[in-house]
Amino acid sequence: MQATTSTHTQEAHSHEHHHDPGFLRSYVFSTDHKVIGIQYGFTALAFLFFGFLLMMCMRWQIAKPGVPIPIVGGLLESMLGDVAKGGVMSPDLYNAFGAMHGTIMVFLAVVPLAFAAFGNYVVPLQIGAVDMAFPRVNMASYQSFAAGGVVMFVSFFIPGGAAQGGWTSYSPLASVIPTNGQTFWLIGMVLLITSSLLGAVNFIATVIQLRAPGLTWMRMPFFTWAQFVTAFILLLAFPPLEAAGILQLVDKVFGSSFFLPSGLVVSGKPYDVSGGGSPLLWQHLFWFLGHPEVYVLILPAMGVISEIIACNTRKPLWGYKSLVYSVLAVGFISFIVWAHHMYLTGMGTKISTFFQTTTMIISIPSVIILTCLFMSLWGGSIRFNTPMLFSLAFLPMFGIGGLTGLPLGFNFSDLHLHDSYYVIAHFHYVVAPGTIFALFAGIYFWYPKMTGRYMNETLGKTHFWLSLIGMNLVFMPMFFQGLYGMSRRMSDGGATYALTNPANEGVVTALTSTVIKLNVFITHAAVLLLIAQIPFIINVFMSMFNGKKVESDNPWQATTLDWQTPTPPPHGNFTKEIVVYRGPYEYSVPGHPTDFTPQNTPDPKPTK
Amino acid sequence: MSHDHSHSHGPGEACGGHDHDDHHSPEAIHRAVKKYKMVGAVLFAGTVLTVAMYYVHIPSVAITIAVALLIASVKAAFVAGVFMHLSDERKMIYGILLCTVFFLIGLMGLTLWAMHDPPMQTLVGGKPA
Amino acid sequence: MEIPYTVKPRPDTGLYNAKLGIWLFLASEVMLFGGLFSAYILLRVGADLWPHGMLSIPIGTFNTFVLIFSSVTIVMSWASLKLGKLADFKLYMALTIACAFGFLGVKSYEYYVKFTHYDLWFKDDATAQKYFVAAYGEKGEADVRKHFVERFHLQNTKATYDPHEVQLVGHIEGNPLCTTLKRLAKEKQDKILFTPDPKFGSHDHPKAIEIPLSDVKRLSAYVPAHSTFFAIYFTITALHGLHVLGGALVLCYFLFTADKWWKKAPEQFANRIEVGGLFWHFVDLVWIFLFPIIYLL
Repeated sequence: MQATTSTHTQEAHSHEHHHDPGFLRSYVFSTDHKVIGIQYGFTALAFLFFGFLLMMCMRWQIAKPGVPIPIVGGLLESMLGDVAKGGVMSPDLYNAFGAMHGTIMVFLAVVPLAFAAFGNYVVPLQIGAVDMAFPRVNMASYQSFAAGGVVMFVSFFIPGGAAQGGWTSYSPLASVIPTNGQTFWLIGMVLLITSSLLGAVNFIATVIQLRAPGLTWMRMPFFTWAQFVTAFILLLAFPPLEAAGILQLVDKVFGSSFFLPSGLVVSGKPYDVSGGGSPLLWQHLFWFLGHPEVYVLILPAMGVISEIIACNTRKPLWGYKSLVYSVLAVGFISFIVWAHHMYLTGMGTKISTFFQTTTMIISIPSVIILTCLFMSLWGGSIRFNTPMLFSLAFLPMFGIGGLTGLPLGFNFSDLHLHDSYYVIAHFHYVVAPGTIFALFAGIYFWYPKMTGRYMNETLGKTHFWLSLIGMNLVFMPMFFQGLYGMSRRMSDGGATYALTNPANEGVVTALTSTVIKLNVFITHAAVLLLIAQIPFIINVFMSMFNGKKVESDNPWQATTLDWQTPTPPPHGNFTKEIVVYRGPYEYSVPGHPTDFTPQNTPDPKPTK
Repeated sequence: MSHDHSHSHGPGEACGGHDHDDHHSPEAIHRAVKKYKMVGAVLFAGTVLTVAMYYVHIPSVAITIAVALLIASVKAAFVAGVFMHLSDERKMIYGILLCTVFFLIGLMGLTLWAMHDPPMQTLVGGKPA
Repeated sequence: MEIPYTVKPRPDTGLYNAKLGIWLFLASEVMLFGGLFSAYILLRVGADLWPHGMLSIPIGTFNTFVLIFSSVTIVMSWASLKLGKLADFKLYMALTIACAFGFLGVKSYEYYVKFTHYDLWFKDDATAQKYFVAAYGEKGEADVRKHFVERFHLQNTKATYDPHEVQLVGHIEGNPLCTTLKRLAKEKQDKILFTPDPKFGSHDHPKAIEIPLSDVKRLSAYVPAHSTFFAIYFTITALHGLHVLGGALVLCYFLFTADKWWKKAPEQFANRIEVGGLFWHFVDLVWIFLFPIIYLL
C-alpha cells in the first residue's frame, strides 16, 4: 500500500529533496507519523490474531477437557514440550495462555491499534499538522512497543513458560510461581508502559501545539478529542502500574516482600521471605491503571465511530458539545472508580459506597456519548457501506456491554458475579463487538486514504455479518453461565464442579449440564468467529493490489482535514497551507452547493 | 498581543525580535541569577533546618510528619517556582499539574482509606455477630 | 514544511513544543514516584514495626547539598547561555555533571556499606543469649538488647517488640556482598567469623566470634530481601539514582555537542538546556521529599 502507491510521490519528492532516505529510513526507522501508525497497525493486528489463536486453544480445552487438540496439539507439544503432552494443554499451560491472551489483547493489540495506530496516522492529519510534535520520540515509542512485544512473545518459549497469574498478575501467586515467565512479563510491561508514555506525551503536545490556524478546540473532530483524552489517561494512570511492576520485579528478582504478607505458606512450607508486605497494595496500584485502561480501550473506538457515522449519515453529529464535555468527564472520573474491581477484598461500607457512587456517576457521560451517537442517526441519509455497518453494530453491542456492567458496579450484586463468566461476557462485549468492531470500521474507512484503493465490499459485508453473529453466539451464553455461578479461569471448563462429576452429588451449587453444554456451543461459535476473519485478512492484503481505485482524494466525501490530503498523504501531509474556517461536521448545510463542506473551504458558493 | 504575558520563549537575541519583553534581556537575566543564588541559599538553609529538626524530639507523630513535609514542600516550591520558572508559567502547565496532584491525592488517599475501612458487621448464622 | 513552534512559542499557549513535552513527562514522573511513595506510606502504616536510624544522616545530608548545588549550577548554565557566555555555560554544566556523578558515587558507597552489614537471627533465645554475652560481656548484653529495641522508636501504635527477638548486627569476615545462608551452604561454609557492631555510644568493636551456621535461623545483609523498609529504600533510591544517571548522560551529551549546537542553532540549544534543566530540577525535587521521608522520619 504505502510501498506501491507512494513511490510515485516519493520519486517526485526526491527530485526536490535531493536525498533519497532509502528503505531502512523510510519503512523501518521512519519518523513519519503515517509510517509509524502503519507499523503499529500491522504489529497490533498480528498480535490480535495471535491472541485469538491462544483463545481458540483454550476454548478447545474448555469444551473438551483432557482431549488432545487436533493438529494444533501436536504443534504445541513440539514447540513447548511436556506442558502440552499428547496435545493436551496442562492446567499450567492453560493458565499461561489465559494470562497472555489477556495481556496481549489489551496491551499489544487493542490499545496499540486503537490509540497508537489510528491516532498516529489520523490525528496529525485531522488537525492540519505536518507531523507529530516529536517525530523521533514517536519512533522510539514504536520501538519500545516492539521490544515489549518480543519479550512477551519470547516468554512462551523459556523454561517454565509464560506468566501464569492472569493478566492481573496478583501477588502472592505471581511472585511465588518459581519460573521466570512473570519476570519476562514485568520487563515486557515496563517496555510497553514506556512506549505508551512517550506516545501520550507526543499526542497531547501535538494536539495542543500543532492545530492549524482556525482549528479551535471546539472545531476539532470528535476523534481527535477522544484520542486527546485517551492520551491524558495513559499519561497519568500508567505510572503507578509501572511503580507496581517495578516493586513486583524487585519481589521476584531480589526476594523482597512488597506484596507478600507475613506468615505466607507456599506448598506447605513457610515461604522464606521477610514478609510485612501487602497483596492489596498490588491490587490498588494495578487497578488504578486497570480501570482507566478500559476507557483507553473504548474512547478511541467511540471516536472512530463518530467520524464514520457523521460521514455516512451526511449530517452533523448530534450534540457535539455534549460529546466533548462527556468525554472529558469520562476521562477525569475514570481515575476514581478503580476499586469496583476489588469489592471482594474486605473493604468496608463507606469506601465501597464511595466507589459505587463514582462508578454510577461515570456511567452518565458514557450513556450521553452513546445517546448522542444514536441520535446522530435520526433523519440521516444513511450509506450502508462496510464501515457504517460495523459502526451501527457497535452501538447496540456497546449498549449491551455497558448495561451489563451495572450489576458489576454495585457491590451487592457483584458479590455473586465477581470472577464469574458474567464478567468475561461483559468486558468482551465492550471490547470485542464494541471496540474491535469500531477498529474494523476504521480500517475499512481509512484504508482508501492510506492505499488509494477501496477494500472489497462483498468480503467486507461477509466479514461483518459472520463476525456479528459469531460474537453474539460466543459471548451471550457466557452471561448465563456466569449467573449460574461458573467461575472464570477454569482449565477444564468447570468439569470439576459439574453435576456430572460424581464427587459433586448433592452439591446445590454444582454446575448443571446446561452450563457445561454451553461450553461446547460457545466453542463452536468461536470457530465460526475465526472463520469470519478469513475474508477480512484476505481483503486487507488483496485490496492493496486489486482493490477498486478511489475516484478522488476524498472518496467518502468527508469534511475533516484528513480527507483533504493527497492519497496517500506525502511527507508533510498537505500540499498547501491549511487554514480552518468551520466546524468538523458541515454536512448537508442548507445553501451550500454540495452536501459536505470541508473544514478548510473558505466560502462555499451559495446555490442561488 | 500577549507580549507581556508570553514568557518562556527562546533567548532574547540582539538581532530582530520586536515583541520580546524584558524577561530575557541581559538585565533581567542578571536579576534572575541573583534570585537563583538566593534560592540556593534558602535551600541549603532549609536542609540544615530539616536535619536539625530530626534531632529535636517532638512527642506527636503527626506533628513530626507535618513539620518535615512542610519544610520539604517549601523547598520544593522554591525549586519549582524559581528554578523551573513555574511561577511565570502559563495556565496550561498549571492545569496539567493540578490534575496530576488531584489524581495523586486520590491514589494515596483512597488506597489508604480502602485499607483501613474494614467491614464492621459480620453475619453469623444469619444474625449479626 | 517544518514542524512549527519548536523554538518560538505558540502565541495562545506561550509554550514551545519541547517545554510542553517535558512538563507532560514530568507529570507522569510525579505519578510514578507518587505511586512509590504511596507504597511506602501503606507499607509503613500497615507495619507492626518500622526501623529508624538505620541510614546515615550525615551522608544523606551531604548528598542533599550536592543535588541542591547542582540545581543552582544548572540554572546558572542556562542563564550563561542566555547571556551568550558559552565558556561559563560549559563550566556550570560540567559542575552539574560532576555533582551528579558525585551523588551517584556517594550513593554507591552507601549501598556498599549496607550490602556488607548483616543482621543475624539465632535459632532460639538461649543460643542468642550465648552469643550476645560472648560479644558484649555479661553487663553489656542487656544494654545492647535495650538499645536495639529503641531502634524502632517510631514504631506503630500498639506493636511491641520482644527484646528476646533481637538480631546480632555486624560484619562478616571478608566483607562478602549480600551473602545468604543458601549461598554459604553452596560454598560449603558451615561457620562464619562475625564481628559484632560496637555498643551504642562506644567505638570499640567487640572481638570477632566464630558462629556455626547451624545456630543461625536467618542471615541477611541490609538488602531488599531483609525487610520492607530496606526494600522500599533501595527501590526508591535506585529508581531515583537511575534518573540521576540518565539525566547526567543527557547533560554530558549537551556539554560535548555544545560548540556544534551553539554555532548551528543557539536558540534551540538554549531551549534544550532549559528542558534538560527542568528534568534535572525534578530529580532534585524528588530527592527533597525522599530525604526527609526515608532518612529522617
